[in-house]
Amino acid sequence: MKLSGAQIVVQFLKDQGVDYVFGYPGGAVLHIYDALFGQEDIKHVLVRHEQGAVHAADGYARSTGKCGVALVTSGPGATNAVTGIATAYMDSIPMVVITGQVATAYIGSDAFQEVDAVGITRPCVKHNFLVKNLKDLPGTLRKAFHIATTGRPGPVVVDIPKDITDPTIKIDYTYPTDVSMRSYNPVVKGHWGQIKKALELILDAKRPMLYTGGGVVLSNSSAELTEFTRALGYPITQTLMGLGTYPATDKQFVGMLGMHGTYEANMAMHECDVLIAIGARFDDRVTGKLSSFCPAAKIVHIDIDPSSISKNVRVDIPIVGDVREVLREMLQMLKAESRRPDAGALQLWWQQIAEWRGRNCLAFDRKSQLIKPQAVIETLYKVTRGEAFVTSDVGQHQMWAAQYYKFDQPRRWINSGGLGTMGFGLPAAIGVQLANPDATVACVTGEGSIQMCIQELSTAMQYRTPVKIINLNNRYLGMVRQWQEFFYEGRYSMSYVDALPDFVKLAEAYGHVGMRVEKPADLEAAMTEAFALKDRVVFVDIITDQTENVYPMIAAGKGHHEMHLAPERELA
Amino acid sequence: MTRRIISLLLENESGALSRVAGLFSARGYNIESLTVAPTEDASLSRMTIVTRGSAEVLEQIIKQLNKLVDVVKVTDLSEGPHIERELAMVKLRAVGESREEYKRLTDIFRGHIVDVTDTTYTVELTGTGEKIDAFIDAAGEKGILEVVRTGACGISRSERSLTV
Ligand SMILES: Cc1cc2nc3c(=O)[nH]c(=O)nc-3n(C[C@H](O)[C@H](O)[C@H](O)COP(=O)(O)OP(=O)(O)OC[C@H]3O[C@@H](n4cnc5c(N)ncnc54)[C@H](O)[C@@H]3O)c2cc1C
Ligand SMILES: Cc1ncc(C[n+]2csc(CCOP(=O)(O)OP(=O)(O)O)c2C)c(N)n1
Ligand SMILES: [Mg+2]
Repeated sequence: MKLSGAQIVVQFLKDQGVDYVFGYPGGAVLHIYDALFGQEDIKHVLVRHEQGAVHAADGYARSTGKCGVALVTSGPGATNAVTGIATAYMDSIPMVVITGQVATAYIGSDAFQEVDAVGITRPCVKHNFLVKNLKDLPGTLRKAFHIATTGRPGPVVVDIPKDITDPTIKIDYTYPTDVSMRSYNPVVKGHWGQIKKALELILDAKRPMLYTGGGVVLSNSSAELTEFTRALGYPITQTLMGLGTYPATDKQFVGMLGMHGTYEANMAMHECDVLIAIGARFDDRVTGKLSSFCPAAKIVHIDIDPSSISKNVRVDIPIVGDVREVLREMLQMLKAESRRPDAGALQLWWQQIAEWRGRNCLAFDRKSQLIKPQAVIETLYKVTRGEAFVTSDVGQHQMWAAQYYKFDQPRRWINSGGLGTMGFGLPAAIGVQLANPDATVACVTGEGSIQMCIQELSTAMQYRTPVKIINLNNRYLGMVRQWQEFFYEGRYSMSYVDALPDFVKLAEAYGHVGMRVEKPADLEAAMTEAFALKDRVVFVDIITDQTENVYPMIAAGKGHHEMHLAPERELA
Repeated sequence: MTRRIISLLLENESGALSRVAGLFSARGYNIESLTVAPTEDASLSRMTIVTRGSAEVLEQIIKQLNKLVDVVKVTDLSEGPHIERELAMVKLRAVGESREEYKRLTDIFRGHIVDVTDTTYTVELTGTGEKIDAFIDAAGEKGILEVVRTGACGISRSERSLTV
């Protein structure tokens, strides 16, 4: 088949099984947009800002496990996409971003809308390419998808100069089924001897702890993790990125760990004697002070990326491999093994954990005259029967969503953990909704964050993605205010958000339904009404208690055992 | 902080060098020197990096290098017996007595004078970094007009070799 470069891009995406492309046109990609015109296999979603395109592709990817695809023009199109690319990079999300570039003859001449997209994105992509010859285009696109989706996933940028997509120059095209790269061969299978050694240590444990993260989501090994955890009967905690891969309603789940983790999860981390880390990267929000991290524990770490292992914390038994492969192997070994966990020790350990749980660290004032943000999330959970896809922005609302919405399934909790990108929630929700048209999708946000990508309300109208926006409106950049209260003696420098828009009218201006909730008594009815409007975007602006803080909290640089609980729960 | 000499093969693609250099600057790793040139296989370049760091940092450096998609192979030459060489060209002010002196010094260091004018010598010198340092020291600050060094390149001794 003879095709132009632009036609190759479109045909390749079809052959690659891509159904949605999120993007925004401009000079350098006009040939590609022309090739998209009038065909129906690839659905193109026109966003209102390139950051939104990349976040939407990201939400699509996180909720499905498939590769997200975004298409933007050169220059400002590419620079606008960078925040989205960095967001995907930090959370290891598979994504291909196609950026237009000025024609090859103009590269390096400060041409109109020229930026060095490959140079700018280099530190925040898994890999990137500049396509210099038309004949390399199919192979490069194939490599891009291969790299983005295998090993530790991540975003890949393909920068395509305008002359490469020239409609008058055509070459033979066939989809390159094979892709082989001598320099890229991620290890998938774990080392048998290491797995065996790890299992022995795991069965020797008296106070074991499973610490699992985003790698379990990325490897789709929720079923294996659940089976393994149940077979052992050990307590399990998860990072912000791992939530949902083990049912949060199960009694073995002790809650999230880390800076805003539960008392029981963090105390169990501090006291455990064997730590089983699975697809988690010992982030500083999780470990706290490294010198007092799990002081008594021997550590097993399963991760596909060798550079995640012993990066921040030295581990005793590293296993490089895919979580799913390794857990399957370990489960088989466990079945063949006559030894079982030490029931006596385990009973004592669970007793200790029950005591920590007794501190009830997530309790909050249910009689307040003001709407408590925690109550909003509980109500959301109730109204959506725990089955919604919940995207979030960044701040206090994000932490409350993570703490109070009990995710029982993977890929339902969609947030920017590594980069912490305000503005992520709404466009991501649009991507999630398009990928899961019949699902309930809620975006938990704050009045600060939502304004960073508010323009996507227009996209939500154009594509009829009936997401529900749950705005925890505390009139503060709450997370910033909280730090200023704790660490800057209450000097609230620039954290009060003045001159807020009327979100109800704003939603209406975009053609959506807006609702405002000001009293605790109205909360459930309003939420029920919002979610009953199945085919509408509803913006629920909820006026919450301005002074509420996220607890528990480990101050930066402190250890797991140095948590602060809400003042009324702090022991004298 | 130990000194390490790391050798790597990378795809001979434009941008591959900046991926490596970018990695070092982005992660705050030290580069003492970096040299790169194509190999006998035109699709591959070979790079030698001299760096310093704690054991943990050096472990991360190797892992991060391996993670770069354009990097085909990485080896830490300092783990075994290896040979290290650097080339330097040193331009010296050679007048009066120092003309004879610098010639002798060059012979002692097994260098060559590759360019001569009425007032200058240019000396070519290969050896370890220390040898070149020693030459520069001996030549003395006053006599030196210009120094250019390639940075080290290295190869392991015996059968062990870095190939794809
Ligand atoms: C305001 C704010 C507060 C936060 N507070 C907390 C907090 O209290 N607690 C918390 O946990 N986080 C918190 N975070 C998030 C934190 O910054 C990190 O994003 C998060 O802890 C990282 O999660 P993770 O370790 O699961 O790693 P991820 O970033 O999800 O990394 C996944 C790991 O799995 C590996 N992996 C990927 N694929 C596979 C595979 N197929 N097989 C094996 N391994 C694989 C990767 O190599 C990587 O090491 C907060 C973020 C924000 C913005
Ligand atoms: C793009 C970006 N800029 C700044 C920050 C720093 N930051 C983290 S949380 C936060 C406040 C968020 O406010 P809001 O969305 O109202 O959420 P709240 O904490 O009040 O729930 C800020 C400014 C960030 N994470 N992202
Ligand atoms: Mg706020």
